[in-house]
Amino acid sequence: MEHTFAPATGVLSNIWLLVAIPLASATILLLLGKRADRWGHWLGVASVAASFVLGLIFFLNLSGLDAAKRSAELSLWDFIVVGDLKVDFGLLFDPLAGVFVLLITGVGSLIHLYAVGYMEHDPGRRKFFAYFNLFVSAMLLLVLGNNYVMLYFGWEGVGLASYLLISFWYTRPSAATAGKKAFLMNRVGDAGLAIGIFLMFTELGTTQYDGVFNGVDKLAAGTVLAMGILLLLGACGKSGQFPLQAWLPDAMEGPTPVSALIHAATMVTAGVYLIARSNPIFSANETLQLIVVSIGAVTLLMGCLIGAAKDDIKRVLAWSTVSQIGYMFLGVGLGGGAYALAIVHLLAHGFFKANMFLGAGSVMHGMHDQVDIRRFGGLSKHMKITWLTFGTGWLAIIGIPPLSGFFSKEPIIAAAFEGEGWQPWVFGGAALLGAGLTGFYMTRLFVLTFHGPARWTEDNKHPHESPAIMTIPLILLAIGSVAAGGLMASTVPDWLTPVLGEHGEEHATVLPHVVLQILGIVIPVIGAGLAWALFRNGTALEPEPAGVLVTAARRNLYTDAFNEAVFERPGVYLTRALVFLDNKGIDGVVNGIAAGIGGGSGRLRRLQTGFVRSYALSMLTGAMLVVGAFLAIQLGWLA
Amino acid sequence: MEQLKLPPIDYGALLPMLILFGAACLGVLVEVVVPRRARNAVQLSLALLSVVASLVAVVLERGTRTITIGGAVAVDGPTLFLQGSILVLGGVSLMLIGERSIERGGVFVSQAAVTAGSQKDAQQAGGQPGATEVYPLSVFALGGMLLFVAANDLLTMFVALEVFSLPLYLLCALARRRRLLSQEAALKYFLLGSYASAFFLFGVAFIYGFAGGIQLSVVHEAVANPQRSQVLLYVGLGMVAIGLLFKAALAPFHVWTPDVYQGAPTPVTAFMAACTKVAAFGALLRVLYVAFEGVRWDFQPVLGGIAVLTMFVGAVLAVTQTDLKRLLAYSSIANAGYLMVGVLALNDEGLSSTMFYLVAYGFSVLAAFAIISLVRDPDGEATHLSKWAGIGRKSPLLAGIFTFILLAFAGIPLTSGFTSKFAVFGAAVEGGQTWLVIFGVITSMLLAFPYLRVVVLMWLSEPGESTPAVSIPGFLTSAVLGLGVLVTVALGVVPAPLIDLTREAAQFVR
Repeated sequence: MEHTFAPATGVLSNIWLLVAIPLASATILLLLGKRADRWGHWLGVASVAASFVLGLIFFLNLSGLDAAKRSAELSLWDFIVVGDLKVDFGLLFDPLAGVFVLLITGVGSLIHLYAVGYMEHDPGRRKFFAYFNLFVSAMLLLVLGNNYVMLYFGWEGVGLASYLLISFWYTRPSAATAGKKAFLMNRVGDAGLAIGIFLMFTELGTTQYDGVFNGVDKLAAGTVLAMGILLLLGACGKSGQFPLQAWLPDAMEGPTPVSALIHAATMVTAGVYLIARSNPIFSANETLQLIVVSIGAVTLLMGCLIGAAKDDIKRVLAWSTVSQIGYMFLGVGLGGGAYALAIVHLLAHGFFKANMFLGAGSVMHGMHDQVDIRRFGGLSKHMKITWLTFGTGWLAIIGIPPLSGFFSKEPIIAAAFEGEGWQPWVFGGAALLGAGLTGFYMTRLFVLTFHGPARWTEDNKHPHESPAIMTIPLILLAIGSVAAGGLMASTVPDWLTPVLGEHGEEHATVLPHVVLQILGIVIPVIGAGLAWALFRNGTALEPEPAGVLVTAARRNLYTDAFNEAVFERPGVYLTRALVFLDNKGIDGVVNGIAAGIGGGSGRLRRLQTGFVRSYALSMLTGAMLVVGAFLAIQLGWLA
Repeated sequence: MEQLKLPPIDYGALLPMLILFGAACLGVLVEVVVPRRARNAVQLSLALLSVVASLVAVVLERGTRTITIGGAVAVDGPTLFLQGSILVLGGVSLMLIGERSIERGGVFVSQAAVTAGSQKDAQQAGGQPGATEVYPLSVFALGGMLLFVAANDLLTMFVALEVFSLPLYLLCALARRRRLLSQEAALKYFLLGSYASAFFLFGVAFIYGFAGGIQLSVVHEAVANPQRSQVLLYVGLGMVAIGLLFKAALAPFHVWTPDVYQGAPTPVTAFMAACTKVAAFGALLRVLYVAFEGVRWDFQPVLGGIAVLTMFVGAVLAVTQTDLKRLLAYSSIANAGYLMVGVLALNDEGLSSTMFYLVAYGFSVLAAFAIISLVRDPDGEATHLSKWAGIGRKSPLLAGIFTFILLAFAGIPLTSGFTSKFAVFGAAVEGGQTWLVIFGVITSMLLAFPYLRVVVLMWLSEPGESTPAVSIPGFLTSAVLGLGVLVTVALGVVPAPLIDLTREAAQFVR
């Protein structure tokens, strides 16, 4: 398939406004400082809402075009020209970008509105909205770029905004650590993405989407594999997928609206966007697809298992996000028609997960920032709206028809059962098992929070419903959780055809389709019923000793310990070694004794750590190495 | 006996240097003639005027492509571009050096010979006007740098190296506060600098032995058709390279950098970070591209290894720093590594992107040090990181500017830090040095961490009792800050015009 994009004309030539409006708002809020404290949050809400309205207008315009020419590419200026590489500062509004724009600005507007209430008593509210707007702007740039460098711009921007927002409550040391962790893990992914982009440049001489996609066919299989793995590394970092999943649950230290917008609905799905956008690369190599599917399957099970063992309401939701994105990775990895299914699930997930996160925020708001679900219970009587809206999200994520999740998740499970050999059994089985576990842990969360006996702490005598500014977004998102899946499952796949390709013919599934559909409902219901029976009467106030599996799940399946042993400690040692060599090493070896004896008063007055003689010695060593290396090459010792 | 003939001299091409050296000599006279009260104003005006005049001369000569005074000086595209860059960055540094409103009498000591810590020293620290010799010294250094990037034979290059190094050694020792630290830094810089110069000179001797001449074109010929043992060539190349790598602060010849950056008066640190980098890389480019291009396959892996080592040392050690000036020193070391990646592309793109990087980095680093000079407590500049906690609450504008500059260093898109890294990495990929780019990307990811840590510290920490006051910048410092930010944004958003300029200039004459 030849990939070309039509130039933007008419109304669509204004798509840059989508990015510019939130950016301008963020700049104003940051520059005006305290002067904007009184009204700044409203400017923040208005700018995102304006982007949403514009996005809707552009979307309708786009849908008015011929299916074949349904794209609008806008070149703003030549950004960098290095050698044969020309990078365009350009935007692309096509069906895929369109649905993302609507998700980001639509859900984003509601969450901004909610945050006005949620952050009411926080002295840093204006700054919070500035960072929040900055995030929206960067996220829009990410999905609107017409080449990988622009995507990388947005990618870095959302990472930066996420880092700042996680660390927002700096007074908590855990927030600072979480910010650091998110930053480092994301950097691993970012490095992969950046190197992948340079690889494109080496092999294809361009980073424009059309150029890259048209060139993929001519590349060797190994090159495509390498390129795909590098992009995948970036995707895993941003989307919290195995093996880079550890930062996402810790990122919940930030304010709850941040968790809802960035770490549930939008930024963490950037990895799925990247893979879906790069579908010509991923579809070109079967090994690559197998890797993506495996990562999705591993992550979705891992998220379910850990989610079932956690007691912090936001962390359960976070692991649930990890697991649901696992489903999306499974979808994009399966390729073909499943690309569109993954996007549908992504959009539906955006609604119901944002709904539940904001619901969790509302619970915390009424419970003095308590987050331990062992300390909730019986809240359905006191927070009716939150209970009902959260309930829709709960049923939606489990996949009870006719709510959203059923229409978006069941087709992915069915698609995983397509094909021949061992793969459909393994991946389909994982997806189905995951659905059952999802039913279990989400029901546990729901029942422990809203039903059963009250287990509140002393200072939580009077839980109360949140103000209207917080419940109205909840209600709107609940409506989305009910209806969005069904609506989108029937329309979005066709809409995305120009970007993601034809669905192709239906492959046979290893089990009859009807059986899968029944299993897809029955298994989650069994999981949910089990959890209901277990937790109907509450639970112990403290975690009790448990079996091997539960203990492992409580410790994140030992992945943190693994990361610490494999990455963190060697990093610390490397740093120490370098510091040692740089300051003391050579001096220590040669002059240590002399310095110890002869230092005396001189040492006390010394203001810097280094001795000039040790510096000279390290230079001499370096010089001998350099000259030695030259000679070795010349004499043919080093080929 | 044949009569010694004077080689033809193209005075027009040499004019930028002649202006500076003339002005510097004049500056020395001013010290003698002009009364003390008026000296600062006269010296500063003279220095800035000479820089502007020299810059005008460079612009007028922009079409010149020639080799003159007996092959000692080459004036070509890279020379003129680099000279222009040095002059612009040098002019901006002079504005920082000339700032007298932040501290009574300026940041320079009034009598450098007074024993540190003595009674007399306490008196002069109190507010006697600082030494005005710094202006002629700076102008001499600038003149030497112009010659350094134009030198077309190795001996001229050595002379130029000394001409710009000696004033720098002196300037490092002239801090008004923390004089011991400053003097220690200067002595270290001097000793190690002389050590590196000796390597350079020894290398020149080897090269002479190999090629029978010291002109770069002669060396190029000899490399193509070797007449003598190649051992001479490789030992010579290694040693000459060491001298240049030292000035450019590449590992393992970077050891002086943190101490000197920390100890020197901040405007001088800024001057070294911006201008010395340009000069050192300018000379390195010329030597490698013009003289030793024929053995590129041999030096690429060795210097590539050095670039990788440098990037790692700079990035990893920047993480552990607790003093801002030292942090920026390690950052400048890492940046030298990225520049080296561009140099080793060994193609026109490598040349042009390295030159672009030098300018972009120069402006950002000048602005960064300008900000450091503003944050002060009773002991002078407060450079310890802990003192910067919560400074965003006290002076949001300054912290905002510093944040922006740090983001640029971190290579966040839409700043010059991103475009310049992208340009050198792109050139290296074109030049077949993808392995360097991989290390470059990895280390730049690492290096972003210390910068962002400072950002979070400034904005998201509670100001402590010891959080210092921020001085109101004088006109000169404000101008430097404004320029630095403006250029960092402009080169980040529309880098194309300057990149085009570097591409037009990217052709050495031989």
